[in-house]
Amino acid sequence: MSGLLMPKADDATMSRRSDIVTALRAIVPGEGVVDATNAMRVFESDALTAYRQLPLVVVLPQTVAQVSRVLKYCHENNVKVVPRGSGTSLSGGALPLEDAVLLVMSRFNQILEIDYPNRVAVVQPGVTNLGITKAVEHEGFYYAPDPSSQIACSIGGNVAENSGGVHCLKYGLTANNVLGLEMVLITGEVVRLGGKHLDSEGYDLLGLMTGSEGLLGVVTEVTVRILQKPATARALMVGFPTSEQAGKCVADIIAGGIIPGGMEMMDRPAIHAAEDFVHAGYPLDVEALLIIELDGPVVEVDHLISMVEAIAYKNGASTCVISQSEEERMAFWAGRKAAFPAVGRISPDYLCMDGTIPRKELPKVLAGMRELSEKYGLRVANVFHAGDGNLHPLILYDANIPEELHKAEDFGADILRLCVKVGGVLTGEHGVGVEKRELMPEMFNEIDLNQQIRVKCAFDDKHLLNPGKVFPQLHRCAELGRMHVHRGQVPFPEIPRF
Amino acid sequence: MTIFTPKTEDEIVEAVQWALSENAPVEIVGHGSKRNLGRPLQTEHTIALSEYSGVTLYEPDELVLSAKAGTSVAELETLLEENGQAFQFEPMDYGPLLGQAAGQGTFGGLLATNLCGPRRLKSGSARDHVLGVRVVSGRGELFKSGGRVVKNVTGYDLSKGMANSWGTLGIATEITFKVLPAPETETTLVVRGLADDEAARAMAIAMGSSGEVASAAHLPLNVSGRVIDGDLKGDASTLLRLEGFAPSVNDRAAMLKGLLVSAGTIVDISGDTSRKLWQEVRDVIPFADGTEQPVWRVSMVPMEAYKLVASLRMGAAVDAFYDWQGGLVWLRMEGEPEAEAVRALIKKYGGGHATLVRASTSVRAALPVFEPQPVPLAALSKRLKQQFDPSGILNPGRMVAGV
Ligand SMILES: Cc1cc2nc3c(=O)[nH]c(=O)nc-3n(C[C@H](O)[C@H](O)[C@@H](O)COP(=O)(O)OP(=O)(O)OC[C@H]3O[C@@H](n4cnc5c(N)ncnc54)[C@H](O)[C@@H]3O)c2cc1C
Ligand SMILES: Cc1cc2nc3c(=O)[nH]c(=O)nc-3n(C[C@H](O)[C@H](O)[C@H](O)COP(=O)(O)OP(=O)(O)OC[C@H]3O[C@@H](n4cnc5c(N)ncnc54)[C@H](O)[C@@H]3O)c2cc1C
Repeated sequence: MSGLLMPKADDATMSRRSDIVTALRAIVPGEGVVDATNAMRVFESDALTAYRQLPLVVVLPQTVAQVSRVLKYCHENNVKVVPRGSGTSLSGGALPLEDAVLLVMSRFNQILEIDYPNRVAVVQPGVTNLGITKAVEHEGFYYAPDPSSQIACSIGGNVAENSGGVHCLKYGLTANNVLGLEMVLITGEVVRLGGKHLDSEGYDLLGLMTGSEGLLGVVTEVTVRILQKPATARALMVGFPTSEQAGKCVADIIAGGIIPGGMEMMDRPAIHAAEDFVHAGYPLDVEALLIIELDGPVVEVDHLISMVEAIAYKNGASTCVISQSEEERMAFWAGRKAAFPAVGRISPDYLCMDGTIPRKELPKVLAGMRELSEKYGLRVANVFHAGDGNLHPLILYDANIPEELHKAEDFGADILRLCVKVGGVLTGEHGVGVEKRELMPEMFNEIDLNQQIRVKCAFDDKHLLNPGKVFPQLHRCAELGRMHVHRGQVPFPEIPRF
Repeated sequence: MTIFTPKTEDEIVEAVQWALSENAPVEIVGHGSKRNLGRPLQTEHTIALSEYSGVTLYEPDELVLSAKAGTSVAELETLLEENGQAFQFEPMDYGPLLGQAAGQGTFGGLLATNLCGPRRLKSGSARDHVLGVRVVSGRGELFKSGGRVVKNVTGYDLSKGMANSWGTLGIATEITFKVLPAPETETTLVVRGLADDEAARAMAIAMGSSGEVASAAHLPLNVSGRVIDGDLKGDASTLLRLEGFAPSVNDRAAMLKGLLVSAGTIVDISGDTSRKLWQEVRDVIPFADGTEQPVWRVSMVPMEAYKLVASLRMGAAVDAFYDWQGGLVWLRMEGEPEAEAVRALIKKYGGGHATLVRASTSVRAALPVFEPQPVPLAALSKRLKQQFDPSGILNPGRMVAGV
């Protein structure tokens, strides 16, 4: 995929660039329109840094009316638009296009309302994920989905990617914690979905928007659920001689009716890299390490800790340490949370993959990865949201060695194919973006994909919003709309039929 | 009038293709047992899913269950119960309210109507638990979306798109849901004698505490006596449900009693009685009176909803009770449905939506049963319908007249 093919730039748009810039300046005054090459450099990639592209022009609107007018202008003039939050996407979702306006939502950074009795916060999309928690924590509240990038990533980006985090096993993903959105369609129309109340009067458009990767509309306001912080949290750090035993332990915990606040697994290479980096006290003689966090009232946590400990030993744990203090709990997590940078220390570059598998398939998938690792001659370290089957294999490579990025990408694609083969999916939380676009047919046939594109057609029939992402090929809506059924062509003998 | 009862997925595809080729609209039903409610349909033909049933995958350790759309929800719930599991979103059963037998709903109907129950605030509704679907669209094409794993952002979430679509976008043939362990223990704290506004405040305090309250409902005085065989009659009852492992439930109950000590007298209801109580709240048993008196289901901002009820009471005879910390209001009108008044008040008090879930056929034909949408949103919904069902053959007019 290193030779990434993006939609061909539209010459007509390119030749009108200065007109477009002028028109946008009339809508967003001052610093809000950036067209100097140097100033646009910071936006040329998201966190999938292997791909870079300067946009046509960058616009940073500040009001909903501006967003609406920019989109309306682009719609009327057939100009493509790529929405961007904080640019932490790992799948290239916010990668600019040469002939598209990059619509950066970072100036929408206000918390509009905090409503404790109804337990919601209404925020602008550029507010960071952690920013929401920071705004409510003095009252003991927090926003539950916690992607590792939470210091930086925006809530608008979270909605677009349906982001998850360590605590999603118990508290749900973005989709389960967002109650309402305001968004602007490519036509400039402003619509509101949901609100502080629950569920929709009609189709679940909120559900369709969440995880739609900026292809359906631009989010301008988000209403989220805030929760009271659990009274306490404690963690267990459990080592196993084999990953099968660790996997069985996870299954038994859940079968026992326990849904931990978080349940993470690391394999040997990840354990070693993390331990060398942060000295969390991880055992180095194990094949798999589980970090299991239990949260809730003190009596509940104590009760569950002893249940989990028993389950761990029953499944052959070779070490099991229970946190006795907040410092110790944080230390257990420090290694896991630093896993990516830790791997970054032992390898010049790495690719972070994001498949999900049925949990029971873990040993098979790990074995398959070992084989692939030998085949490609590249190392791989695994961190795993064990409770919900979301794998993050980190493929180690060196971009300075010719062809190694290419090899790493092929290795990654093979891992994702393996995930799909055992009943899993291509991406659990990072999105398809440009990265997994070409792999979509591994999971979906043409009919499946066409129906998804038809959803896109209902929102954006000119395919102006974030084209080149998610779908290997965007068929024209008129073509997809055609029906080929005619009276009498379907064989129909006697009624009743079945 | 033809009733198709397909027994295979291919037959479902064929039935839709037939309807397309004949340009003959079809009504989609699960069991179709309660069809005389909702927006009445005028289709000549019906596709009933009742014979396309059966569990296709159940792996308790993996917390996942798939079944064909015509499978009865009651049967699935029994299977889960045998394994100590449940649909955490507690799908309600409309049967009793609609004057029908309980336990008739199908898996497909559960998703198509996005059912849920009193745990809505904490655990979501059907849309929050569906993992994957296979669907025959109004184009007569079988497509799939999602999968069998919880974390999945591969492509648009068409499974959620099917939730609350009332059979107007496609026919779900097979559905996969997340399932979860059933709570080990449950207890309900009942605060007696609160007025609606006091109850809203007490529920907000409880839900906003670290007590992990699973459900909060309020039964005003004249409704309170109509659950658990009249045990709660004589005073309004504000219900707080606590679930989990026994030591935790006991601890949280004690904490909450301390927090609400000044609110009113608090009594405990535990075990099976508590379960029965919440099932009756869930299934709107207080209004399951065998009549066709209009019943509204209103979703609003919790701290605003009681104001709607208070305002309505000034002009009409209504009976009401609240679930979801006050945000779900069940309204039974003694006379006319008063649709305009109800909907105007919802707008006045912070927004939300009202669905007329029970009324006579003539009333339902004359009124928008579902909350009308603002113009751009209604247009978007219509475009979505066209993308799934361009010929308008699936349940035309089920949700909105003319769509
Ligand atoms: C406003 C309102 C109106 C209601 N009206 C009715 C009603 O008219 N009839 C009724 O039975 N219950 C009605 N209910 C109750 C609710 O639909 C039932 O409890 C329900 O869960 C299903 O029973 P069923 O499986 O027999 O589905 P049905 O009642 O047959 O269907 C319920 C809805 O789901 C759709 N549906 C069913 N199976 C599928 C499928 N496989 N794929 C796609 N769509 C499907 C139907 O077209 C219909 O719109 C209503 C509830 C509300 C809130
Ligand atoms: C170190 C690191 C750790 C990470 N950990 C996690 C993790 O634990 N879990 C997880 O789920 N993800 C994780 N991510 C991925 C990333 O942080 C998330 O996908 C995040 O939600 C992206 O938010 P953003 O604001 O940076 O969006 P961007 O990267 O700017 O954009 C992402 C997508 O959202 C669209 N978009 C952004 N804003 C809007 C808007 N207002 N309206 C419409 N569309 C919009 C863009 O078009 C693009 O398609 C991680 C990333 C990094 C770099």
